[in-house]
Amino acid sequence: MSHKTIINIGPFHPLQEEAEFFQLHVDGETVIDVDVRLSYNHRGIEKLDESKTFDQVPFVVERVCGICSASHPLAYVQAVEEIAHVDVPERSLYLRTIVNELERLHSHLLWVGLAGHFLGYNTVFMWAWKYREPVMDVLETATGSRVNYANAKIGGSRRDISDEQLREIDKVVGELHRPLDMLTNAVLDDPVLHARLKGVGILSPEAAKAYGAVGPTARGSGVPIDVRRDDPYAAYDLVDWDVVTAPGCDVFGKAVVRLLECYEAIKIIKQCIKQIRPGEIDAKVESIPPGEGIGRVEAPRGETFHYVRSDGSNRPVRHKIRAPSYVNIPTFKASCIGQQIADVAITLAAVDPCYSCTERMCRVVDADTHVQVYQFADLVRLSQQKTDRMRRS
Amino acid sequence: MSVTQTGIDVPLMGFVGEVLERLGDVVVAVEQCEPRRGIARVDPARTVEAAERMFAMDGSRLVTATGLEVRDGIDVLYHWALEPQGVVVTLKVLATRPDLTLDSLANVLPAANWIERELHDLLGANFRDHPDMRRLLLDDTWPEGLHPLRKSFDQIKDRPPLPANQSPPDVDVDVKAHRGDHS
Repeated sequence: MSHKTIINIGPFHPLQEEAEFFQLHVDGETVIDVDVRLSYNHRGIEKLDESKTFDQVPFVVERVCGICSASHPLAYVQAVEEIAHVDVPERSLYLRTIVNELERLHSHLLWVGLAGHFLGYNTVFMWAWKYREPVMDVLETATGSRVNYANAKIGGSRRDISDEQLREIDKVVGELHRPLDMLTNAVLDDPVLHARLKGVGILSPEAAKAYGAVGPTARGSGVPIDVRRDDPYAAYDLVDWDVVTAPGCDVFGKAVVRLLECYEAIKIIKQCIKQIRPGEIDAKVESIPPGEGIGRVEAPRGETFHYVRSDGSNRPVRHKIRAPSYVNIPTFKASCIGQQIADVAITLAAVDPCYSCTERMCRVVDADTHVQVYQFADLVRLSQQKTDRMRRS
Repeated sequence: MSVTQTGIDVPLMGFVGEVLERLGDVVVAVEQCEPRRGIARVDPARTVEAAERMFAMDGSRLVTATGLEVRDGIDVLYHWALEPQGVVVTLKVLATRPDLTLDSLANVLPAANWIERELHDLLGANFRDHPDMRRLLLDDTWPEGLHPLRKSFDQIKDRPPLPANQSPPDVDVDVKAHRGDHS
């Protein structure tokens, strides 16, 4: 029997750069439409930046997102460096690469943990977050803070990383290999996870292109785009690494991409530490001429895009920020429709839209009677039960 | 074709030059043509055609659009990335005052949907035939015709009062009582 229902997920998750409100239109158990509303927490950072000097803006933009707080300032300073034609010292390029790859490691591990939780693999959740902790610790060692690293600066880096700290980073990321092997094998060899994730949340390469999807969302659909390789910045063209793609176009593909990218991140960090030479870390930029510049950085979730326009004064006239989730979230229109309710939680989570705080606000409301049927916790429970059923059968 | 509005010749070189050349006569002026970046001005009447030509190229992707308030109206900058060449080509289109209207790309290009709604909210640019021009960023109670990213908007003086708190339409219901029917 057909029974149409609206499922509200959201709107508030204050920990995230964009609070989101997903409205799933459901016929029985099948999703027939998705509507997304944004900006319950719009902070007007683009407007705010117009009142800040060029040197102050990095501290504002690293607060765009607590997880991508190395990517946003880097994209911004690259845009300004493009206007001023700055040659950034080589040591600083390596420092930027190390901090950005550590950020990718901790972000991907965070996602693996959350995905595990949504699927009812709470051991994976505990493991992933346990092994993420040393990465956060070395980030604190290297930059002075677990988030908001205040590391990028126009023309270079704000602080150097000492040899002793570099050795510490090398040791910690080296020790991550074993737990990563364990996590990767837990995902790749588990028949239940295969059954649960393969063929779920299909995003075809054509849809990925039409919606402009970026990062692991696109690479999980077999679209080999990565700003680090295509438009190299920092020291990515000085080290040897591979772009990871997966062919499945499904949630499984996105999970594989994120897990294997952790190995690439370790590879990049280790090479950087080996190749880095003593030297200047700041090109000491005096003034910014009039002009316009574009900065692109491959953040953990995909390409972060910054456009800066200068009129020769000490403040940007216009600063446009495009975070990766802004183009990845609309892909739900392609990937969620036709799914079962139990698969929606993981399909939404597969894009990694900083999901944690939706829990408290989600409820399923009967479209005719406005009677509440499920809360988000129930959706997660449904998802976990489905895994459980598969595991037993 | 390679003459800018200021009259300076910008020679078309490399891959960016090729891309601009393939766009053909929709380009009215080339402002920048460097190894990894290109900027071209496009005929406002032919934005959709320009977007279709860009989208048809291999590895092209609409990154986003930027709205710039200029003297004659709003400059909309469509940033296109081309992979794997790692090139960003920016197509500038001017929406002139007073109506500030351009043709919407959202019907041919889903990636343009949100950013056009955002430009409408924040800068007041209008897009003809947009499939879903609801508000994206501004609250529904925000006054009509007030655009916060305009230079004339003062963040303190022009800020409208906060809307009153609303209670949710549905009342608290015992969730457990309904679980039995559905799970």
